[in-house]
Amino acid sequence: MASATPAPNSFRTGPDENGHFGIFGGRYVAETLMPLILEVEKAYLTAKGDPDFWAEMEYYRKHYIGRPSALYFAPRLTEHFGGAKLYFKRDELNHTGAHKINNVMGQALLAKRMGKTKIIAETGAGQHGVATATACALFGMECEVFMGAEDVKRQKPNVDRMRLLGAKVVPVTSGSSTLKDAMNEALRYWVSKADTHFYIIGTAAGPHPYPAMVRDFQCIIGEETRWQLEEAEGKLPDALVACIGGGSNAIGLFHPFLDDPSVEIFGVEAAGHGIPSGEHAASLTGGNPGVLHGNRTYLLQDDDGQITEAHSISAGLDYPGIGPEHSWLHESGRVKYVSATDTEALEAFALCAKLEGIIPALEPSHALAYVSTMIGDMDKDKIVVMNLCGRGDKDLDAVIPRLEKMGKL
Amino acid sequence: MDYTASRLDKCFAALKAENRPGLGIFVTAGDPDQETSLAILKALPGAGADMIEFGMPFSDPMADGPSIQASSLRALKAGASLAKTIDLVRKFREEDQTTPVVLMGYYNPIYIYGVERFLTDAISAGADGLIVVDLPPEEDDELCVPAVKRGLPFVRLATPTTDDARLPKVLTNTSGFIYYVSITGITGTAEVPIDMVRAAVGRLRTHTDLPIGVGFGIKTREHAAAIGSVADACIVGTAVVNALAGSLDSNDKAGPDTVKAVTDLVSELAKGVREARG
Repeated sequence: MASATPAPNSFRTGPDENGHFGIFGGRYVAETLMPLILEVEKAYLTAKGDPDFWAEMEYYRKHYIGRPSALYFAPRLTEHFGGAKLYFKRDELNHTGAHKINNVMGQALLAKRMGKTKIIAETGAGQHGVATATACALFGMECEVFMGAEDVKRQKPNVDRMRLLGAKVVPVTSGSSTLKDAMNEALRYWVSKADTHFYIIGTAAGPHPYPAMVRDFQCIIGEETRWQLEEAEGKLPDALVACIGGGSNAIGLFHPFLDDPSVEIFGVEAAGHGIPSGEHAASLTGGNPGVLHGNRTYLLQDDDGQITEAHSISAGLDYPGIGPEHSWLHESGRVKYVSATDTEALEAFALCAKLEGIIPALEPSHALAYVSTMIGDMDKDKIVVMNLCGRGDKDLDAVIPRLEKMGKL
Repeated sequence: MDYTASRLDKCFAALKAENRPGLGIFVTAGDPDQETSLAILKALPGAGADMIEFGMPFSDPMADGPSIQASSLRALKAGASLAKTIDLVRKFREEDQTTPVVLMGYYNPIYIYGVERFLTDAISAGADGLIVVDLPPEEDDELCVPAVKRGLPFVRLATPTTDDARLPKVLTNTSGFIYYVSITGITGTAEVPIDMVRAAVGRLRTHTDLPIGVGFGIKTREHAAAIGSVADACIVGTAVVNALAGSLDSNDKAGPDTVKAVTDLVSELAKGVREARG
């Protein structure tokens, strides 16, 4: 997994000025989009250096999102696994029930500073769409959410939530009618509405500056974890675990710890029906580098460079790419990328509900599935922090029949 | 192998001598199948096309509207690949030594094929230039610089959002011609506002001596005549692809009139460019 390239002095300095993390990242977009991307970059760099911007963020984090989210020691799961202590970073307790709002709030405030009053977004499972619709309601902005027609059918409760929040949900029927097509369509639409619209991308992917900007907004997860664990245990974690679709919750937890070599870091991709089946969403484990949606990164694709469909029971992980910084961390060897299947995630889902009274989303259930394979072998004085990045209410329709079939209910 | 045929330069020189704008026709390679696609390609010059933009199908054509998206997917479903696209150019070139063929598409299939291998194969097959939509000047080292080193023109898109400050950056390393995208949108979506195009082309000419082709939104003979009055070439894609699509059966298979459906429209458009400066 590790490449022959010597390790950099720091893993936290990327991207370079052109948005590259090693060979990954960049700005692979049509000329029509370039001026927009450059405008967002300029505005973000200004905001990033402006204490007023962060003061406003802090206000909404505290009073609206409900941060800091708890860092919770999970006693019964720890006992069950019989190894290291397991902590959950409880980002499922955020307003709207997932980590997505951390990023949306940042981009919505940036849009406001730029004088944009209309927002577009893409969504897969609907969590990012709901978070975006929420921020737009809060700030009185118009909101259009592009969602694959297949996902509109599969995720009706989230579609209704978005409508209730005043957003217009645009079903996308092009391509395979899922998340990647929703992103294509949002980009197409943005090109035609550049003057008035801001595009809030939901994960740490897309053209520069999005991967870096989304990461910066999600880093609050890792920053809080650092001081919360210091308070609770007086030390750094020994391992971090997070699930990865595009990878925004994971990069948010990982990034503040990348230069602490004692901290082992694991990203868990969705293996769907298993990597050998070819029906999975594990871009790093089962894909190879290519260029899509404005960045070079690991992709699921065929020999001709055509993008193939991802598969996962978790709609939030069902994306054929991954954020470019993860591709770089993969090749540099700093983060280990592993995977969990649909079935393993379902088992972890049920276990977490039964033993901790927490119904996790299917996405972090993948992370917990991996935790269950490694934590038992670690010494009892070690600490593992897992990002519980979303709650599972949205998944009940998909999960219950499967759990009944598996005899877990 | 380097590119030396300079068919684009010769084509624009001939058009200048005739005092008329050229007609560039976009079709997707392998749509609706390889055989029909080759027949269309071969029929285009006779119907009045001065140059051909040959689309390399991609699963996720981010800058294209529904018509060209569908056309790309039809081609892929029928087995299109980059290797087969290059092969179609080779077969076309066996019979036609003069009509420029510019390969147009997205970067990922080229990246996976391998940049040097792609350039070698495209040049030897007889391609005359590249338009790769998702490679802005910021990413020139990927393909543009290697292509220009081999002498193969890299045609860049300029858009209404490309302001005077950015234009020099867009024009650096550009050769063959400039493709002016006449609307801020995707292919095939809107009518072209002629006054704005006139102003934009005028602005471009203060920055470059390269010929200027205008595309995105030209649908009819009248459009072509109007745009042709200010541009060095009119490029038509969506309307042609729609004509093709309209001739297919319910399973997207070629019908008896598929080639004719395309050439009929091209003949009309060819009249348009010949009326442009009348």
